Amino acid sequence: MADVHHQVEQFLYKQADLLDRKQWQEWIDLFTPDGVYWMPPEPSHKTWEGMPAIFAEDRNLMTVRMNRVLHPDAWSQRPLWETNHVVSNVVIEKSSPKGITARSRFHMMELRRDDVRHFAGSYTHHLVKAKGGYKIKLQRVDMTNAQAAYDYVLQVWV
Amino acid sequence: MLQERSADLSRSLSGYVEPDRVRREVYNDPQIFELEMQRIHERVWTYCGHESQVPKAGDYYTMQIGRQPMIMVRGVDGKVNVLYNRCPHRGNMICGDRHGNAGEFFRCSYHAWTFKHDGKLRSIPMDSAYAGTRFGKSNPDCDMKRAARVENYRGFVFASLANDGPSLREFLGEAIVAFDDMCDRSPEGKVEVVPNCFRVIQHSNWKLFLENQLDALHPSVVHQSTGRAAHNVEKELAKKAKKGETGLKYHMLSAFATVTIDKWDDFQTLNYPGGHSVLTGYMGLRPQDPDTLAYDKIMIKAYGQKRFEEIIGVNIHHVIVYPGLSVQSPLQQLRAVRPLGVDRTLTEIWHFRLKGAPEAIYRRSLAYYNLVNSPATLINADDLENFWKCHQGLASDGGDWVSFGRHFGHDVEKDGHVESAPKMGTSEAPMRGQMKAWSEYMRG
Repeated sequence: MADVHHQVEQFLYKQADLLDRKQWQEWIDLFTPDGVYWMPPEPSHKTWEGMPAIFAEDRNLMTVRMNRVLHPDAWSQRPLWETNHVVSNVVIEKSSPKGITARSRFHMMELRRDDVRHFAGSYTHHLVKAKGGYKIKLQRVDMTNAQAAYDYVLQVWV
Repeated sequence: MLQERSADLSRSLSGYVEPDRVRREVYNDPQIFELEMQRIHERVWTYCGHESQVPKAGDYYTMQIGRQPMIMVRGVDGKVNVLYNRCPHRGNMICGDRHGNAGEFFRCSYHAWTFKHDGKLRSIPMDSAYAGTRFGKSNPDCDMKRAARVENYRGFVFASLANDGPSLREFLGEAIVAFDDMCDRSPEGKVEVVPNCFRVIQHSNWKLFLENQLDALHPSVVHQSTGRAAHNVEKELAKKAKKGETGLKYHMLSAFATVTIDKWDDFQTLNYPGGHSVLTGYMGLRPQDPDTLAYDKIMIKAYGQKRFEEIIGVNIHHVIVYPGLSVQSPLQQLRAVRPLGVDRTLTEIWHFRLKGAPEAIYRRSLAYYNLVNSPATLINADDLENFWKCHQGLASDGGDWVSFGRHFGHDVEKDGHVESAPKMGTSEAPMRGQMKAWSEYMRG
């Protein structure tokens, strides 16, 4: 069990690190072919199907977002833009041969031009075993800021 | 003193707007902003919300009209009231939440004065302390102040803080089509709100947002990145698709790349008095998929073939209800513009469900709501970047004027409105119309 906990932690750290290092394709490849990245606008939502969502993206839509960000004329990506995630409080809620449900907390600091923003909340990861580790079936991001007005927008996954 | 300053400013403002250009101060002078709040936003009809946001007695939503914090509340009599969010006692805000249920009455959190849903004073604790004073139930100044006028058009609630002025219908004029087009697309003729509001703050003057909405030249410049990205994924999916299938499409995104810049002149803008305008075209597609056909069948049953053809044939992409709303009626969404300061603007973005229409039709427009209008928008990120840059650039002494001269001199005047000429859809006629209305309002 301790082993599993360590492996899951390492996986979650890697997920956040790939975002901070802008390794978009590698990050998308963490997901299963039917994997979904979901950020509900409020914590009570049980599904993204038919619901308003800040993000509800399969790998195709993730690829659209990645290609946009990489396009030379993505004007909002021209200025200095960096993020820094810290992931902690990892709890394994369910573990079976089929998969693992892990909850954790994150804090992301973002620098854009001269402005700093902070985003924080919890991750719920539904992971499945795969060659060399895990793949993400679902990454649910409950951002504490989700219900507040956004000062500017989110361009990339948190 | 303020009155005098306003009078001075009004006189000088006449030189700020010319038919084809506008002085930059119009966007960044805090005094002009204050005057705009007085003479425009706190006088015209402002969209408060949809009645389905407050279905039960005591349900309320707060919002801003100009600089005024307001409450929209459903009374026990079923009526929707709009009140100033202020206790007449010591000025405390009554509702500190964005929305909720007030119960049977409002209760001030400071000294427990209570008010009915229509704002009438209900009780004061130990009210004998006011015996012989001017304060009490007989004095209307002890009620929560009501918006001067409130009207509801097909469920959309508007308020005006001015006692006099045109009725809501007169104010909306031809722009009323925004709400008719939205509601008529429901077989029951009604919409209800999807209980979620995306709120995004732009660091720029409110007028920049409205000017951008019907600017048909910008999409292929600003949104090329997303258009290309989506189109490339479409092409990959088409390669993988089984024989006879086309693969998934992201038409709402890829159109920004597939509709090339020269094609945007094919669209048309219709510009009405009061700064309202309509962008026609490109949503008038009639796909033949099973979901659309099922919807068509329900609609024909409700309206008959002839009326159905009329409803579905309404050729609108976007409507501006100046100065406070951007409505995409065929997609059942709207953005309410709430100016927060000369350089800060809040947009409140809502989506509506067509009552009685199949779930698939709702989901189609929901996809647009999520991808384009959510805080993780694939489109508006680049618009907001440009608005910020406009606002920054206009602060410089590099020039004094903003130009609205594209296709100037070619507008076609027709039955009291102005149309962009054929093959001149990228005309800056909507911005010229908005600034004309702005000048008229600002004259006072």
